[in-house]
Amino acid sequence: MIVPIQTFTFAKDDPFVLESGLTLSPVNLSYETWGTLNAEKNNGILICHALTGSAHAAGYHAEDDQTAGWWDDCIGPGKAFDTDKFFVICSNVVGGCYGSSGPTEINPETGKAYGLNFPVITIGDMVRAQVELINYLGIDKLVCVAGGSMGGMQVLEWAAHHAERVHAAIPIATTTHHSPMEIAFGEVGRQAIYADPRWNNGDYHESGESPDAGLAVARMVGHITYLSEESMHQKFGRRLHNLEKYGYEFETEFEVESYLRYNGSKFTSRFDANSYLYITKAMDYFDLTQPSGTLAAAFTQSTNLRYLVVSFTSDWLYPSYHSKELVRALTVVGADVTYLDIESKWGHDAFLLEVDTMTGLLQSFLGRLEKEILAGTK
Amino acid sequence: MILRPDLLTIAEFIPENARILDLGCDDGELLAYLIEHKQARGSGIELSEEGVLACVRRGLSVRQGNIEEGLADYPDASLDIVILSQTLPFLNNPSFVINEMLRVGTRAIVSVPNWGYWRCRLEFLMTGRVPQFPDFEQKWDGEKRWQLFTLSDFEDLTQWIGVEIDNRVYLEGNQKIDRGARWRARTAVYALTKSS
Repeated sequence: MIVPIQTFTFAKDDPFVLESGLTLSPVNLSYETWGTLNAEKNNGILICHALTGSAHAAGYHAEDDQTAGWWDDCIGPGKAFDTDKFFVICSNVVGGCYGSSGPTEINPETGKAYGLNFPVITIGDMVRAQVELINYLGIDKLVCVAGGSMGGMQVLEWAAHHAERVHAAIPIATTTHHSPMEIAFGEVGRQAIYADPRWNNGDYHESGESPDAGLAVARMVGHITYLSEESMHQKFGRRLHNLEKYGYEFETEFEVESYLRYNGSKFTSRFDANSYLYITKAMDYFDLTQPSGTLAAAFTQSTNLRYLVVSFTSDWLYPSYHSKELVRALTVVGADVTYLDIESKWGHDAFLLEVDTMTGLLQSFLGRLEKEILAGTK
Repeated sequence: MILRPDLLTIAEFIPENARILDLGCDDGELLAYLIEHKQARGSGIELSEEGVLACVRRGLSVRQGNIEEGLADYPDASLDIVILSQTLPFLNNPSFVINEMLRVGTRAIVSVPNWGYWRCRLEFLMTGRVPQFPDFEQKWDGEKRWQLFTLSDFEDLTQWIGVEIDNRVYLEGNQKIDRGARWRARTAVYALTKSS
């Protein structure tokens, strides 16, 4: 399945006003689509990506492309999000570095990359930009919005603030607000980038020397939070990497060190350090309990949606109790909610790995939505 | 769809268009039946992953979790009927759950097995072994724990905790029993309300 990258531009004349009060003009969103939008335009599904994801959720960009999109296991003909039935859309978030407006983009006022002159963005801003894209595609109401991790935050933002535009919300392995622990991990990642002299206060896009060392450490910290103690035992144990015995030196010796170094360094070739700052900051700001102080208040106008909330037993980054708090709030307001805490040892990463359970669950849930929407019962 | 006799009796107790919650809804058989035949608006709470997945396959809304925690999330008087079928023996705190059911719902429908059933009494007398479930196969494997009680025990309990029995049906298979139910019934279905 070869899929082209498309770009949608808005706010060319009227600037896009961000939650911070700052503005952005114009705004570019790169996006990809799979399947066909039907004549009634009522079979659209929006997929939201996680921190380091892109619009490339499924398929390949070229015939000789080695790796498929990040959720290819679940998007395609006959898969959980069945592209024979649904028109699936995924766009890169504002602030990202995969074609949407972000710190790597050229600032039309200066002719140089924005760097830290790019305005700080929020999950709410990312979603309002997606609303513009959905308007442009002519879709009045989406079948559902689905996503894991930061994608799940966007899903909840859609449900809480754009309820009339979606039939259902599928937040997976996510939270309604970043906890102090999650903010702390975000900050460690950012400090690693600041500490890299090549970061140069965010002004490195012209120099050709990017803060790869800092970004790699940020990625390593992130990666640890996506695993679980059990999965690390299983994947690495205390095994040594290409060694028979300890070398009593500070080279990479353990398998787990080698894995983190490899993934840290691989990441720097595909992600921008400033984007990492902007997006982790957006996640830290995310808090649906504000301004009212209660989570239930965020969903009082959103009780007509169907919710499918999914968490994973070994996820310690967004532990199951975060999802249970969400389920509780949705129950309090009388919303229709289905919740499953999937037994898994893969930690936060489970949302991409527990494909069989997720496929069964998503297909059943989407089958029901399809019936309800076609029957016009909603 | 053919329902187990006690589930059919529960269904008879449910008016049309009721807002219902089925506690320990298993694979959602009863819930699906009530939505289809009684136009109920309902959801369930189920502990097992297989149960939840089976319910979602039927197009039902179900939350995974234990009954006590799940019920706690519901506001007072937010539902018409809360159902607990054949699950009472497995609960750690049955009276707490019954009170919670009547906090959340106007009515509680509870179906229970009867260890006072004559075969159970005979089995105990003749073999010296604690009888297994009177109404379905469930052998004690040392993994699950359950409380044995008779219809008399259950009815006493409702008095102690100040709950009124609004309606009741005693069953032996799909036969309704009128006389000698405490000996002759394998199961019973009760409709409970708060004492006024």
